[in-house]
Amino acid sequence: MSRKFEPSEFLSPVAKNMPPSGIRKFFDIVNEMEDAISLGVGEPDFVTPWHIRSAGIDALKDGHTYYTSNWGLKELREEISKMNERKYGVKYNPSDEIFISVGGSEAVDGAIRALVASGDEVLVPEPCFVCYNPCVKLAGGIPVPIVTKMEDNFKLTAKALKEKITDKTKLLILSYPNNPTGAIMTLEDLREIADVLKDTNIMVISDEIYSELTYDNKHASISQFPEMRDRTIVINGFSKSYAMTGWRMGYAMGHKDIIAAMIKIHQYAIMSAPTISQYAALEAVKNGDEDIEMMKKEYNMRRRVLVDGLNRLGLKCFEPFGAFYVFPDISSTGLTSDEFCNQLLEKEKVAVIPGNAFGECGEGFVRISYAYSLNDIKKALKKIESFLKGLRG
Amino acid sequence: MKLTNEILSILEKDSKLSYEEIAVMTGSDTETVEKIITELEEKKVIFGYKALVNWDKIENDKVTAYIELNVTPEQGLGFEKVAENIIKEYPQVKSVTLMSGGFDLLVEIDGNNMKEIALFVAEKISPLNCIVSTRTHFVLRKYKQDGVVLNDKNKDERRVISL
Repeated sequence: MSRKFEPSEFLSPVAKNMPPSGIRKFFDIVNEMEDAISLGVGEPDFVTPWHIRSAGIDALKDGHTYYTSNWGLKELREEISKMNERKYGVKYNPSDEIFISVGGSEAVDGAIRALVASGDEVLVPEPCFVCYNPCVKLAGGIPVPIVTKMEDNFKLTAKALKEKITDKTKLLILSYPNNPTGAIMTLEDLREIADVLKDTNIMVISDEIYSELTYDNKHASISQFPEMRDRTIVINGFSKSYAMTGWRMGYAMGHKDIIAAMIKIHQYAIMSAPTISQYAALEAVKNGDEDIEMMKKEYNMRRRVLVDGLNRLGLKCFEPFGAFYVFPDISSTGLTSDEFCNQLLEKEKVAVIPGNAFGECGEGFVRISYAYSLNDIKKALKKIESFLKGLRG
Repeated sequence: MKLTNEILSILEKDSKLSYEEIAVMTGSDTETVEKIITELEEKKVIFGYKALVNWDKIENDKVTAYIELNVTPEQGLGFEKVAENIIKEYPQVKSVTLMSGGFDLLVEIDGNNMKEIALFVAEKISPLNCIVSTRTHFVLRKYKQDGVVLNDKNKDERRVISL
Protein backbone atom coordinates (compact mmCIF):
# COMPACT_ATOMS: atom_id res chain seq x y z
CA MET A 1 0.00 0.00 0.00
CA SER A 2 1.58 3.36 -1.03
CA ARG A 3 2.13 6.10 1.55
CA LYS A 4 -0.11 9.22 1.39
CA PHE A 5 1.71 12.07 -0.40
CA GLU A 6 2.44 14.93 2.00
CA PRO A 7 3.70 17.95 0.02
CA SER A 8 4.78 19.85 3.11
CA GLU A 9 7.41 17.18 3.80
CA PHE A 10 9.24 18.26 0.69
CA LEU A 11 9.69 21.87 1.71
CA SER A 12 13.21 23.11 2.37
CA PRO A 13 13.90 23.68 6.08
CA VAL A 14 14.38 27.41 5.53
CA ALA A 15 11.07 27.78 3.72
CA LYS A 16 9.26 25.54 6.20
CA ASN A 17 10.59 27.28 9.28
CA MET A 18 9.96 30.80 8.06
CA PRO A 19 7.19 32.16 10.28
CA PRO A 20 4.11 33.42 8.44
CA SER A 21 3.17 37.08 8.84
CA GLY A 22 2.27 37.62 12.48
CA ILE A 23 -0.83 39.59 11.71
CA ARG A 24 -2.47 37.34 9.13
CA LYS A 25 -5.44 36.64 11.40
CA PHE A 26 -5.84 40.33 12.21
CA PHE A 27 -5.72 41.15 8.50
CA ASP A 28 -8.50 38.63 7.79
CA ILE A 29 -10.75 40.13 10.46
CA VAL A 30 -10.27 43.69 9.18
CA ASN A 31 -10.87 42.55 5.63
CA GLU A 32 -14.22 41.03 6.51
CA MET A 33 -15.37 43.95 8.63
CA GLU A 34 -17.66 46.38 6.87
CA ASP A 35 -17.09 50.08 7.55
CA ALA A 36 -13.82 49.50 9.33
CA ILE A 37 -11.44 52.44 9.19
CA SER A 38 -8.17 50.71 8.51
CA LEU A 39 -5.16 52.85 9.32
CA GLY A 40 -2.95 49.90 8.54
CA VAL A 41 -1.95 50.51 4.95
CA GLY A 42 1.59 51.00 3.82
CA GLU A 43 0.85 52.64 0.49
CA PRO A 44 -0.22 56.15 -0.57
CA ASP A 45 -3.93 56.95 -0.90
CA PHE A 46 -3.13 59.00 -4.00
CA VAL A 47 -3.55 57.40 -7.39
CA THR A 48 -0.51 57.62 -9.69
CA PRO A 49 -0.53 61.13 -11.24
CA TRP A 50 -2.23 61.16 -14.61
CA HIS A 51 0.77 62.20 -16.73
CA ILE A 52 2.66 59.17 -15.41
CA ARG A 53 -0.26 56.81 -16.08
CA SER A 54 -0.58 58.36 -19.51
CA ALA A 55 3.07 57.59 -20.26
CA GLY A 56 2.40 53.98 -19.30
CA ILE A 57 -0.66 53.89 -21.57
CA ASP A 58 1.34 55.40 -24.44
CA ALA A 59 4.02 52.76 -23.96
CA LEU A 60 1.33 50.08 -24.30
CA LYS A 61 -0.14 51.76 -27.38
CA ASP A 62 3.33 52.00 -28.90
CA GLY A 63 3.78 48.27 -28.43
CA HIS A 64 6.61 48.35 -25.82
CA THR A 65 5.78 44.88 -24.64
CA TYR A 66 9.18 43.21 -24.90
CA TYR A 67 11.93 42.71 -22.34
CA THR A 68 14.23 45.62 -21.69
CA SER A 69 17.91 45.19 -20.92
CA ASN A 70 18.44 43.31 -17.63
CA TRP A 71 19.69 46.63 -16.25
CA GLY A 72 16.50 48.46 -17.22
CA LEU A 73 15.93 51.21 -19.79
CA LYS A 74 19.13 53.18 -20.33
CA GLU A 75 17.30 56.50 -20.33
CA LEU A 76 15.62 55.69 -17.03
CA ARG A 77 18.95 54.89 -15.38
CA GLU A 78 20.42 58.09 -16.77
CA GLU A 79 17.59 60.19 -15.38
CA ILE A 80 17.85 58.48 -11.98
CA SER A 81 21.58 59.15 -11.95
CA LYS A 82 21.00 62.82 -12.76
CA MET A 83 18.28 63.14 -10.14
CA ASN A 84 20.37 61.52 -7.41
CA GLU A 85 23.30 63.78 -8.17
CA ARG A 86 21.06 66.84 -8.20
CA LYS A 87 19.31 65.99 -4.94
CA TYR A 88 22.06 64.37 -2.89
CA GLY A 89 25.31 65.17 -4.64
CA VAL A 90 26.25 61.49 -5.10
CA LYS A 91 27.10 60.36 -8.61
CA TYR A 92 26.37 56.81 -9.80
CA ASN A 93 27.30 55.73 -13.31
CA PRO A 94 24.08 54.74 -15.09
CA SER A 95 25.83 52.09 -17.17
CA ASP A 96 27.15 49.91 -14.38
CA GLU A 97 26.22 51.33 -10.99
CA ILE A 98 22.43 51.49 -11.27
CA PHE A 99 19.83 48.89 -12.20
CA ILE A 100 16.05 48.87 -12.24
CA SER A 101 14.34 46.30 -10.04
CA VAL A 102 10.84 45.01 -9.40
CA GLY A 103 10.13 47.41 -6.57
CA GLY A 104 12.56 48.32 -3.85
CA SER A 105 11.72 44.91 -2.33
CA GLU A 106 13.52 42.94 -5.07
CA ALA A 107 16.55 45.20 -4.75
CA VAL A 108 16.73 44.70 -0.97
CA ASP A 109 16.46 40.93 -1.35
CA GLY A 110 19.00 40.94 -4.19
CA ALA A 111 21.48 43.03 -2.24
CA ILE A 112 21.19 40.69 0.73
CA ARG A 113 21.66 37.64 -1.47
CA ALA A 114 24.67 39.23 -3.18
CA LEU A 115 26.40 40.01 0.11
CA VAL A 116 25.37 37.49 2.73
CA ALA A 117 27.14 34.15 3.02
CA SER A 118 26.02 31.34 5.28
CA GLY A 119 26.60 32.28 8.92
CA ASP A 120 27.15 36.01 8.25
CA GLU A 121 25.58 38.29 10.82
CA VAL A 122 23.38 41.09 9.57
CA LEU A 123 22.59 44.00 11.87
CA VAL A 124 18.96 45.09 11.64
CA PRO A 125 17.83 48.10 13.70
CA GLU A 126 14.31 47.43 14.94
CA PRO A 127 11.43 48.19 14.81
CA CYS A 128 11.78 47.64 11.08
CA PHE A 129 10.10 46.65 7.85
CA VAL A 130 9.06 42.99 8.11
CA CYS A 131 10.96 41.75 5.06
CA TYR A 132 14.55 42.21 6.20
CA ASN A 133 14.78 39.33 8.65
CA PRO A 134 13.17 36.69 6.41
CA CYS A 135 15.35 37.76 3.45
CA VAL A 136 18.48 37.50 5.58
CA LYS A 137 17.49 34.01 6.77
CA LEU A 138 16.69 32.88 3.25
CA ALA A 139 20.18 33.92 2.24
CA GLY A 140 21.62 31.83 5.07
CA GLY A 141 22.49 34.80 7.24
CA ILE A 142 21.79 35.49 10.91
CA PRO A 143 19.71 38.61 11.61
CA VAL A 144 20.93 40.48 14.70
CA PRO A 145 18.38 43.01 15.95
CA ILE A 146 19.50 46.37 17.33
CA VAL A 147 16.95 48.04 19.56
CA THR A 148 16.12 51.67 18.72
CA LYS A 149 14.27 53.68 21.35
CA MET A 150 11.62 56.37 21.47
CA GLU A 151 13.86 58.55 23.64
CA ASP A 152 16.36 58.58 20.75
CA ASN A 153 13.53 59.29 18.28
CA PHE A 154 14.07 55.72 17.06
CA LYS A 155 17.39 56.65 15.48
CA LEU A 156 20.20 54.12 15.37
CA THR A 157 22.81 55.29 17.87
CA ALA A 158 26.56 54.69 17.53
CA LYS A 159 26.55 53.12 20.99
CA ALA A 160 23.83 50.58 20.17
CA LEU A 161 25.58 49.76 16.90
CA LYS A 162 28.99 49.19 18.50
CA GLU A 163 27.52 46.81 21.08
CA LYS A 164 26.28 44.42 18.40
CA ILE A 165 29.29 44.28 16.10
CA THR A 166 31.12 40.97 16.17
CA ASP A 167 33.73 39.46 13.89
CA LYS A 168 30.88 37.75 12.01
CA THR A 169 29.10 41.01 11.16
CA LYS A 170 28.90 41.44 7.40
CA LEU A 171 26.11 43.90 6.83
CA LEU A 172 24.05 46.70 8.38
CA ILE A 173 20.58 47.40 7.01
CA LEU A 174 19.66 51.04 7.49
CA SER A 175 16.18 52.16 6.68
CA TYR A 176 15.45 55.85 7.07
CA PRO A 177 12.93 57.43 6.77
CA ASN A 178 11.65 54.44 8.67
CA ASN A 179 8.70 52.11 8.40
CA PRO A 180 7.06 51.72 11.00
CA THR A 181 8.34 54.57 13.17
CA GLY A 182 8.53 57.48 10.72
CA ALA A 183 11.97 58.29 12.16
CA ILE A 184 14.65 60.02 10.13
CA MET A 185 18.40 60.35 10.55
CA THR A 186 20.17 63.61 9.75
CA LEU A 187 23.57 63.83 8.15
CA GLU A 188 25.06 64.43 11.61
CA ASP A 189 23.38 61.29 12.96
CA LEU A 190 24.68 59.28 10.01
CA ARG A 191 28.16 60.74 10.48
CA GLU A 192 28.33 58.99 13.86
CA ILE A 193 27.33 55.70 12.28
CA ALA A 194 29.85 56.15 9.47
CA ASP A 195 32.54 56.82 12.08
CA VAL A 196 31.83 53.47 13.73
CA LEU A 197 31.78 51.61 10.44
CA LYS A 198 34.82 53.14 8.80
CA ASP A 199 37.26 50.92 10.70
CA THR A 200 35.30 47.75 9.96
CA ASN A 201 34.57 45.61 6.93
CA ILE A 202 30.85 46.03 7.32
CA MET A 203 28.77 46.81 4.25
CA VAL A 204 25.57 48.85 4.36
CA ILE A 205 22.25 48.45 2.61
CA SER A 206 20.43 51.77 2.85
CA ASP A 207 16.72 51.33 2.09
CA GLU A 208 15.67 54.89 1.23
CA ILE A 209 12.29 54.19 -0.31
CA TYR A 210 10.71 57.02 1.72
CA SER A 211 13.46 59.52 0.88
CA GLU A 212 11.11 62.01 -0.74
CA LEU A 213 8.74 62.06 2.22
CA THR A 214 10.63 64.09 4.80
CA TYR A 215 8.96 67.02 6.49
CA ASP A 216 11.56 69.09 8.23
CA ASN A 217 15.06 68.53 6.99
CA LYS A 218 16.04 67.30 3.59
CA HIS A 219 16.66 63.55 3.43
CA ALA A 220 20.24 62.47 4.16
CA SER A 221 21.92 59.32 2.88
CA ILE A 222 24.96 57.60 4.35
CA SER A 223 26.21 57.29 0.76
CA GLN A 224 26.87 61.04 0.86
CA PHE A 225 30.04 60.36 2.86
CA PRO A 226 32.83 59.60 0.36
CA GLU A 227 34.30 56.83 2.55
CA MET A 228 30.86 55.15 2.72
CA ARG A 229 29.86 55.53 -0.90
CA ASP A 230 31.49 52.36 -2.20
CA ARG A 231 30.32 50.16 0.64
CA THR A 232 26.71 51.27 0.61
CA ILE A 233 24.02 49.93 -1.64
CA VAL A 234 21.30 52.53 -1.88
CA ILE A 235 17.85 51.16 -2.55
CA ASN A 236 15.08 53.47 -3.68
CA GLY A 237 12.04 53.39 -5.93
CA PHE A 238 8.88 54.94 -7.19
CA SER A 239 6.21 53.36 -4.98
CA LYS A 240 5.98 55.88 -2.19
CA SER A 241 7.27 59.07 -3.80
CA TYR A 242 5.14 58.93 -6.93
CA ALA A 243 2.28 56.72 -5.66
CA MET A 244 3.33 53.90 -7.97
CA THR A 245 3.13 50.92 -5.61
CA GLY A 246 1.33 48.64 -8.09
CA TRP A 247 3.76 49.40 -10.93
CA ARG A 248 6.57 47.61 -9.07
CA MET A 249 9.41 50.00 -9.81
CA GLY A 250 12.57 50.27 -7.78
CA TYR A 251 16.32 50.61 -8.25
CA ALA A 252 19.64 49.89 -6.62
CA MET A 253 22.72 52.10 -6.77
CA GLY A 254 26.18 51.11 -5.62
CA HIS A 255 29.73 50.17 -6.52
CA LYS A 256 29.89 48.43 -9.88
CA ASP A 257 31.26 45.17 -8.44
CA ILE A 258 28.30 44.82 -6.07
CA ILE A 259 25.77 45.85 -8.68
CA ALA A 260 27.34 43.35 -11.12
CA ALA A 261 26.69 40.58 -8.59
CA MET A 262 23.14 41.81 -8.01
CA ILE A 263 22.53 41.89 -11.76
CA LYS A 264 23.50 38.23 -12.02
CA ILE A 265 20.83 37.29 -9.50
CA HIS A 266 18.32 39.69 -11.06
CA GLN A 267 18.83 38.43 -14.61
CA TYR A 268 18.33 34.78 -13.65
CA ALA A 269 15.43 35.27 -11.27
CA ILE A 270 13.61 38.19 -12.92
CA MET A 271 15.08 38.87 -16.42
CA SER A 272 14.02 42.52 -16.40
CA ALA A 273 11.60 44.78 -14.56
CA PRO A 274 8.19 45.42 -16.22
CA THR A 275 8.71 47.42 -19.40
CA ILE A 276 5.52 49.49 -19.30
CA SER A 277 6.27 50.47 -15.70
CA GLN A 278 9.73 51.61 -16.72
CA TYR A 279 8.33 54.00 -19.32
CA ALA A 280 5.92 55.37 -16.75
CA ALA A 281 8.74 55.70 -14.22
CA LEU A 282 10.78 57.63 -16.81
CA GLU A 283 7.99 60.19 -17.06
CA ALA A 284 7.82 60.32 -13.27
CA VAL A 285 11.50 61.01 -12.75
CA LYS A 286 11.58 63.62 -15.53
CA ASN A 287 8.43 65.54 -14.67
CA GLY A 288 7.15 64.38 -11.32
CA ASP A 289 8.78 66.84 -8.88
CA GLU A 290 5.60 68.88 -8.48
CA ASP A 291 3.55 65.78 -7.77
CA ILE A 292 5.88 64.87 -4.92
CA GLU A 293 5.59 68.36 -3.47
CA MET A 294 1.82 68.28 -3.61
CA MET A 295 1.57 64.88 -1.92
CA LYS A 296 4.17 65.81 0.69
CA LYS A 297 2.22 68.96 1.63
CA GLU A 298 -0.92 66.93 2.12
CA TYR A 299 0.86 64.22 4.15
CA ASN A 300 2.50 66.88 6.30
CA MET A 301 -0.85 68.39 7.25
CA ARG A 302 -2.21 64.98 8.18
CA ARG A 303 0.93 64.16 10.13
CA ARG A 304 0.55 67.23 12.29
CA VAL A 305 -3.14 66.56 12.94
CA LEU A 306 -2.48 62.92 13.89
CA VAL A 307 0.51 63.60 16.17
CA ASP A 308 -1.32 66.47 17.88
CA GLY A 309 -4.47 64.38 18.23
CA LEU A 310 -2.69 61.35 19.71
CA ASN A 311 -0.70 63.42 22.19
CA ARG A 312 -3.89 65.10 23.35
CA LEU A 313 -5.44 61.67 23.94
CA GLY A 314 -2.55 60.81 26.22
CA LEU A 315 -0.88 58.39 23.79
CA LYS A 316 2.70 59.63 23.87
CA CYS A 317 3.77 60.11 20.30
CA PHE A 318 7.23 61.29 19.28
CA GLU A 319 7.07 63.57 16.27
CA PRO A 320 8.07 61.61 13.17
CA PHE A 321 9.61 63.58 10.30
CA GLY A 322 9.49 60.98 7.56
CA ALA A 323 7.40 58.39 5.70
CA PHE A 324 3.67 58.35 6.55
CA TYR A 325 3.50 56.54 9.86
CA VAL A 326 3.24 57.52 13.50
CA PHE A 327 4.31 55.13 16.24
CA PRO A 328 2.59 56.09 19.49
CA ASP A 329 3.30 54.48 22.83
CA ILE A 330 0.15 52.75 24.04
CA SER A 331 1.61 51.21 27.19
CA SER A 332 -0.19 53.77 29.38
CA THR A 333 -3.41 51.86 28.67
CA GLY A 334 -2.01 48.78 30.43
CA LEU A 335 -2.76 46.72 27.34
CA THR A 336 -0.29 44.85 25.13
CA SER A 337 -0.02 45.95 21.51
CA ASP A 338 -2.05 42.94 20.37
CA GLU A 339 -4.75 43.55 22.98
CA PHE A 340 -4.96 47.24 22.11
CA CYS A 341 -5.34 46.54 18.39
CA ASN A 342 -7.82 43.69 18.79
CA GLN A 343 -10.00 45.61 21.23
CA LEU A 344 -9.88 48.86 19.24
CA LEU A 345 -10.96 46.94 16.16
CA GLU A 346 -13.72 45.11 18.00
CA LYS A 347 -15.13 48.10 19.86
CA GLU A 348 -14.61 50.96 17.41
CA LYS A 349 -13.85 49.26 14.08
CA VAL A 350 -10.53 51.08 13.72
CA ALA A 351 -7.54 49.02 12.62
CA VAL A 352 -4.00 49.93 13.58
CA ILE A 353 -1.00 47.61 13.50
CA PRO A 354 0.59 46.22 16.68
CA GLY A 355 4.17 47.44 16.98
CA ASN A 356 5.50 43.97 17.75
CA ALA A 357 4.83 42.99 14.12
CA PHE A 358 7.96 45.02 13.38
CA GLY A 359 10.25 43.55 16.01
CA GLU A 360 10.14 42.62 19.69
CA CYS A 361 11.00 46.13 20.80
CA GLY A 362 7.85 47.35 19.04
CA GLU A 363 5.82 45.85 21.88
CA GLY A 364 3.91 48.61 23.64
CA PHE A 365 3.53 50.63 20.45
CA VAL A 366 1.19 50.66 17.47
CA ARG A 367 1.75 51.83 13.90
CA ILE A 368 -0.82 54.23 12.51
CA SER A 369 -0.63 55.23 8.88
CA TYR A 370 -1.69 58.67 7.66
CA ALA A 371 -2.06 57.72 4.02
CA TYR A 372 -5.74 58.56 4.45
CA SER A 373 -7.92 61.62 3.99
CA LEU A 374 -7.95 64.19 6.76
CA ASN A 375 -11.60 63.35 7.42
CA ASP A 376 -10.86 59.67 7.93
CA ILE A 377 -8.01 60.55 10.27
CA LYS A 378 -10.22 62.86 12.32
CA LYS A 379 -12.97 60.23 12.46
CA ALA A 380 -10.44 57.64 13.61
CA LEU A 381 -9.11 59.96 16.32
CA LYS A 382 -12.63 60.44 17.69
CA LYS A 383 -13.11 56.67 17.78
CA ILE A 384 -9.78 56.14 19.49
CA GLU A 385 -10.80 58.77 22.04
CA SER A 386 -14.03 56.93 22.64
CA PHE A 387 -12.14 53.65 23.00
CA LEU A 388 -9.74 55.13 25.54
CA LYS A 389 -12.61 56.61 27.55
CA GLY A 390 -14.18 53.16 27.60
CA LEU A 391 -10.98 51.69 28.99
CA ARG A 392 -10.74 54.21 31.79
CA GLY A 393 -14.41 53.35 32.37
CA MET B 1 2.43 85.12 2.68
CA LYS B 2 2.99 81.38 2.40
CA LEU B 3 1.02 80.76 5.59
CA THR B 4 -1.79 83.05 4.37
CA ASN B 5 -2.08 81.11 1.12
CA GLU B 6 -2.01 77.83 2.99
CA ILE B 7 -4.81 79.00 5.28
CA LEU B 8 -6.88 80.17 2.31
CA SER B 9 -6.42 76.81 0.54
CA ILE B 10 -7.52 74.99 3.67
CA LEU B 11 -10.58 77.19 4.21
CA GLU B 12 -11.58 76.85 0.57
CA LYS B 13 -11.86 73.11 1.13
CA ASP B 14 -13.44 73.21 4.59
CA SER B 15 -14.49 76.47 6.16
CA LYS B 16 -15.83 74.81 9.29
CA LEU B 17 -12.35 74.19 10.68
CA SER B 18 -11.54 76.03 13.88
CA TYR B 19 -8.56 78.37 14.28
CA GLU B 20 -6.98 75.72 16.46
CA GLU B 21 -7.39 72.96 13.91
CA ILE B 22 -5.94 75.14 11.17
CA ALA B 23 -3.04 76.05 13.45
CA VAL B 24 -2.20 72.35 13.91
CA MET B 25 -2.49 71.64 10.19
CA THR B 26 -0.14 74.47 9.25
CA GLY B 27 2.31 74.05 12.14
CA SER B 28 1.44 77.53 13.35
CA ASP B 29 -0.36 78.78 16.49
CA THR B 30 -4.00 79.66 17.12
CA GLU B 31 -3.38 83.37 17.74
CA THR B 32 -1.54 83.88 14.45
CA VAL B 33 -4.16 81.97 12.48
CA GLU B 34 -7.00 83.98 14.05
CA LYS B 35 -5.20 87.24 13.29
CA ILE B 36 -4.60 86.31 9.64
CA ILE B 37 -8.16 85.11 9.05
CA THR B 38 -9.70 88.16 10.72
CA GLU B 39 -7.61 90.45 8.53
CA LEU B 40 -8.54 88.51 5.39
CA GLU B 41 -12.23 88.84 6.33
CA GLU B 42 -11.88 92.57 6.95
CA LYS B 43 -10.17 93.13 3.63
CA LYS B 44 -12.87 90.99 1.96
CA VAL B 45 -10.27 88.62 0.58
CA ILE B 46 -12.56 86.09 2.24
CA PHE B 47 -15.93 87.51 1.27
CA GLY B 48 -18.24 84.88 2.70
CA TYR B 49 -18.77 81.39 4.06
CA LYS B 50 -21.56 79.25 2.67
CA ALA B 51 -22.73 75.67 2.86
CA LEU B 52 -22.68 73.77 -0.45
CA VAL B 53 -26.21 72.43 -0.76
CA ASN B 54 -27.30 69.70 -3.16
CA TRP B 55 -30.97 70.67 -3.54
CA ASP B 56 -31.63 67.67 -5.78
CA LYS B 57 -31.55 65.52 -2.68
CA ILE B 58 -34.48 67.43 -1.15
CA GLU B 59 -36.52 69.09 -3.91
CA ASN B 60 -36.64 67.82 -7.43
CA ASP B 61 -38.04 70.95 -9.04
CA LYS B 62 -35.52 73.62 -8.19
CA VAL B 63 -33.68 74.70 -11.33
CA THR B 64 -30.44 76.53 -12.00
CA ALA B 65 -29.84 78.45 -15.23
CA TYR B 66 -26.84 80.16 -16.79
CA ILE B 67 -27.79 83.07 -19.01
CA GLU B 68 -25.38 84.51 -21.59
CA LEU B 69 -25.97 88.22 -22.15
CA ASN B 70 -24.74 90.26 -25.09
CA VAL B 71 -24.68 93.85 -23.99
CA THR B 72 -24.24 97.24 -25.54
CA PRO B 73 -22.56 99.09 -22.72
CA GLU B 74 -23.81 102.62 -22.11
CA GLN B 75 -21.65 105.44 -23.39
CA GLY B 76 -18.76 106.03 -21.02
CA LEU B 77 -20.12 103.59 -18.43
CA GLY B 78 -18.92 100.20 -19.60
CA PHE B 79 -20.25 96.91 -18.34
CA GLU B 80 -20.03 97.93 -14.68
CA LYS B 81 -23.32 99.79 -14.80
CA VAL B 82 -25.14 96.92 -16.48
CA ALA B 83 -23.85 94.47 -13.90
CA GLU B 84 -24.72 96.85 -11.06
CA ASN B 85 -28.27 97.28 -12.31
CA ILE B 86 -28.87 93.56 -12.62
CA ILE B 87 -27.51 92.99 -9.15
CA LYS B 88 -29.56 95.84 -7.66
CA GLU B 89 -32.85 95.03 -9.35
CA TYR B 90 -32.77 91.25 -9.15
CA PRO B 91 -31.40 89.87 -5.85
CA GLN B 92 -32.47 86.38 -6.94
CA VAL B 93 -29.54 86.40 -9.36
CA LYS B 94 -26.77 84.29 -7.78
CA SER B 95 -23.79 85.50 -9.77
CA VAL B 96 -22.87 88.04 -12.43
CA THR B 97 -19.57 87.67 -14.27
CA LEU B 98 -17.91 89.59 -17.10
CA MET B 99 -16.55 87.07 -19.61
CA SER B 100 -14.20 86.96 -22.54
CA GLY B 101 -15.34 85.24 -25.73
CA GLY B 102 -18.66 85.11 -27.57
CA PHE B 103 -20.75 87.00 -25.03
CA ASP B 104 -20.32 89.64 -22.37
CA LEU B 105 -21.99 88.78 -19.09
CA LEU B 106 -22.79 85.41 -17.54
CA VAL B 107 -25.66 85.39 -15.08
CA GLU B 108 -26.48 82.50 -12.78
CA ILE B 109 -29.95 82.22 -11.34
CA ASP B 110 -32.06 79.73 -9.38
CA GLY B 111 -35.79 79.35 -9.89
CA ASN B 112 -38.65 77.10 -8.91
CA ASN B 113 -38.98 75.75 -12.43
CA MET B 114 -37.83 76.31 -16.02
CA LYS B 115 -40.88 78.39 -16.99
CA GLU B 116 -40.29 80.80 -14.16
CA ILE B 117 -36.70 81.40 -15.23
CA ALA B 118 -37.60 81.65 -18.94
CA LEU B 119 -40.25 84.24 -18.14
CA PHE B 120 -37.85 86.16 -15.91
CA VAL B 121 -35.39 86.40 -18.80
CA ALA B 122 -38.08 87.34 -21.32
CA GLU B 123 -39.88 89.89 -19.14
CA LYS B 124 -37.17 91.36 -16.94
CA ILE B 125 -33.76 90.94 -18.58
CA SER B 126 -34.31 91.07 -22.32
CA PRO B 127 -36.24 94.37 -22.30
CA LEU B 128 -33.39 96.21 -20.56
CA ASN B 129 -32.03 98.91 -22.85
CA CYS B 130 -28.50 97.64 -23.00
CA ILE B 131 -29.31 93.99 -23.65
CA VAL B 132 -28.72 93.00 -27.29
CA SER B 133 -29.44 89.28 -26.94
CA THR B 134 -29.74 86.50 -24.35
CA ARG B 135 -29.15 82.75 -24.39
CA THR B 136 -30.40 80.62 -21.51
CA HIS B 137 -28.95 77.26 -20.53
CA PHE B 138 -30.58 75.07 -17.89
CA VAL B 139 -28.54 72.88 -15.61
CA LEU B 140 -29.65 69.26 -15.98
CA ARG B 141 -27.26 67.53 -13.62
CA LYS B 142 -24.34 68.60 -11.48
CA TYR B 143 -21.38 66.23 -11.20
CA LYS B 144 -18.87 68.40 -9.43
CA GLN B 145 -19.22 71.85 -7.88
CA ASP B 146 -16.77 74.12 -6.08
CA GLY B 147 -14.21 71.33 -5.99
CA VAL B 148 -16.57 68.77 -4.49
CA VAL B 149 -17.73 65.67 -6.34
CA LEU B 150 -21.43 65.12 -5.74
CA ASN B 151 -22.35 61.44 -5.25
CA ASP B 152 -18.78 60.27 -4.99
CA LYS B 153 -18.81 56.51 -5.32
CA ASN B 154 -15.04 56.06 -5.14
CA LYS B 155 -14.14 53.03 -3.09
CA ASP B 156 -10.71 52.56 -1.52
CA GLU B 157 -9.20 49.75 -3.55
CA ARG B 158 -6.12 49.25 -1.40
CA ARG B 159 -5.51 46.13 0.66
CA VAL B 160 -6.74 46.96 4.15
CA ILE B 161 -3.37 46.22 5.69
CA SER B 162 0.02 46.31 4.05
CA LEU B 163 3.18 46.16 6.04
